[in-house]
Amino acid sequence: MASPDPPRHVASRMLRLLAVLAFVFAPTGRASETLSIAAASDLVFCLEALNREFAKSEPSVRLRVSTGSSGNFFAQIKNGAPFDVFLSADLIYPIELIAAGAAEEKSLTRYGIGRIVLWTWRTDLAIDDLASVVRDPSVKRFAIANPDHAPYGRAAKEALDKFGVWAEVRPKLVLGENIAQTAQFVQTGNADVGIVALSLVIAPVRNRSGRWTEIPSSAHAPLEQGAVLTRRGASNPAARRYLAFLSTPAARTIFDRYGFSLPRSP
Amino acid sequence: MGDSTFTFLGLSSALWQSLGLTLRLAAITTLILGIIGLPLAHWLNTTRARVAPFLETLVTLPIVLPPTVIGFYILVGLSPQHPPGSWWRDLTGEPLVFSFTGLVIASVFYSLPFAVQPFQAALRGVPRELLDAGTALGARPLRVFIRLHAPLAWRGIAAGLTLGFAHTLGEFGVVLMIGGAIPGVTKVASIALYDEVQKLDYASAHAFAAMLLVISFALLLIVTLLQRRRPA
Repeated sequence: MASPDPPRHVASRMLRLLAVLAFVFAPTGRASETLSIAAASDLVFCLEALNREFAKSEPSVRLRVSTGSSGNFFAQIKNGAPFDVFLSADLIYPIELIAAGAAEEKSLTRYGIGRIVLWTWRTDLAIDDLASVVRDPSVKRFAIANPDHAPYGRAAKEALDKFGVWAEVRPKLVLGENIAQTAQFVQTGNADVGIVALSLVIAPVRNRSGRWTEIPSSAHAPLEQGAVLTRRGASNPAARRYLAFLSTPAARTIFDRYGFSLPRSP
Repeated sequence: MGDSTFTFLGLSSALWQSLGLTLRLAAITTLILGIIGLPLAHWLNTTRARVAPFLETLVTLPIVLPPTVIGFYILVGLSPQHPPGSWWRDLTGEPLVFSFTGLVIASVFYSLPFAVQPFQAALRGVPRELLDAGTALGARPLRVFIRLHAPLAWRGIAAGLTLGFAHTLGEFGVVLMIGGAIPGVTKVASIALYDEVQKLDYASAHAFAAMLLVISFALLLIVTLLQRRRPA
């Protein structure tokens, strides 16, 4: 048992190991077309439904999806990150990308308008009254996305300002790096309550997910969201078809179901 | 969230605040690392207990563990919805996550191997005969450790403390997950820099990044000098 293997066996083992490694690291599939999508984190659930729908008519296109903060993707795409399509949580980042020559102007597609909700897992809070929730001394931590760079954070700040409680809420604020992290702060109970995207609490995977009440869209600037083709994506036909797909009735139904208001039909 | 704002050396008052917070976090973490790390290193070096290898592995774990794993467990484990997070909340009225105390706990765990490993190496490097001589002269084990063993290993101990300090400065992933970016409480330097980049304020980001680079270089230089001038 302890005797060393003859060299032949060692070689054959090495070959087998190499075969396994090649399998592990090889690019999967002989994929005809690949499409890389960078999407704002409010789309994390919605995008799965969208991509299932897209795959029905385009089964041969391989989709690679990254979700994160729009600001991060903006900086990455501006610096040449390999994404074909960028779905931002606002219009500012896509427009800035166009201005910087990193995205195609005529591809800009308004796909949805975000809605915000006050969300909690606590059963004792009267969430219909935003001001009283903020003033409740038992509410120690109030989560919003970082208003300095997250579109949903900006909307939350505007709403809190509109309700006249921005100054009172400031000592209680915890800031999520993006809206999905903000939701996670609330979901884990580490924040008593938070202002998050409706798209994150309405998704079917979040059933039995606490209580939420929508904050009227009149309380904040509209969260218009846009998608663009990046410079790299402009030469990818599948990316162009994906962007067109976002305006189809089928896609609009999904955006509606996942808690977005719809922009006027193009 | 102070109302007064100023700019000094190209950095806003908010960035100076986060730098001060980071240094405070690192200093407190280092102090605790010394208090629990030294006895721990000594015990791990000398014990024959069966659990020792497991404990040593546990201490070393943060070196290989992705910070996100630690962040996730802390976020879920210390949540005020259940113990022990609920005990803390009942005791202090504040949740542990998103607090400075929470960051200190996370930092101590996260930086522990960076202090304990140099401690262990330094303590092991002291010749056995010297310590035996101390014992032969009638000193109790604690006295031998405090008066003889630790002083003889001071370079390695200082290196371990400096590394623990430096590593706490470099913390990012864990704080990103459990901090909540509260100015003056959990918005440490690495997070503040991240936010400046997100805000597309590259001028501030450059100034701040350069400052962190200089501080980190200086700290590591101290460690290197301590290691190089080891007595023969």
